[in-house]
Amino acid sequence: MDLTSSNNENILVITVQEQRIDAAVALAFKDRMRELTEGPARTVVLDLDHVSFIDSSGLGAIVAAMKNLAPDRTLVLAGLTGTVDKVFRLTRMDTVFGLYGSVDDALKALRG
Amino acid sequence: MTEQVESGSFDVRIGGATLAVRDALREVLSNLQPLALSADEAGTVELVLAEALNNIVEHAFDADEKPGEIRIRCWRRRDGLHFAIIDDGLAMPENKAPASCAPCVDVEVTALPEGGFGWFMIHTLAKDVRYARVGETNHLNLRVSSSHR
Repeated sequence: MDLTSSNNENILVITVQEQRIDAAVALAFKDRMRELTEGPARTVVLDLDHVSFIDSSGLGAIVAAMKNLAPDRTLVLAGLTGTVDKVFRLTRMDTVFGLYGSVDDALKALRG
Repeated sequence: MTEQVESGSFDVRIGGATLAVRDALREVLSNLQPLALSADEAGTVELVLAEALNNIVEHAFDADEKPGEIRIRCWRRRDGLHFAIIDDGLAMPENKAPASCAPCVDVEVTALPEGGFGWFMIHTLAKDVRYARVGETNHLNLRVSSSHR
């Protein structure tokens, strides 16, 4: 699962470099997220800009990543489009996560 | 793996592995291209079929048994796209499709549900969802409304 990460003033940005987070890669996604979030960053921005499709397994994997950071650290999401956005709204997970149009928007808001 | 059965209808057959689901979705969407569905409609079809197929791969096929086969039939009617998904795996518990309950997300983060969204999305996005056990096969029928004419 191709995820890349970068640190921006103590905010960790993880970018999904693949188009799908589905049942085929949900486990690999969870494992990779756990590895990448081992550092001290308290806020993690997951950049979903390249992702065009997630299914319920992919959604579950993102929720698992959020729970893994809780209660002291948090996961916010950036760049949800089309079907990805639809899945979050339908399941009301859009009320659980901080959502931002882009990574830039997220960084601006989180730095205050 | 696609077979034209009549004008505007098609059949896709796949084996029961997780990666085969991706192939099946690609195949179905490519067969639907002439309809020029909106991105939203195509997304709905992909999501509903992904959930239905993942359920079959995860629950109907026993890993120790021979790999099963899934057949997806699609045909068009004025009220939308009709799909019949047929597999030769294990029956649903009590021969019934799971109900449409939305998992509750108004809880502490550490108690959030990580699963149970699949059937909820199928029931929410598709119409006329019906399941039947026919002999040794499972038949799941559903309809996705679309604006095509």
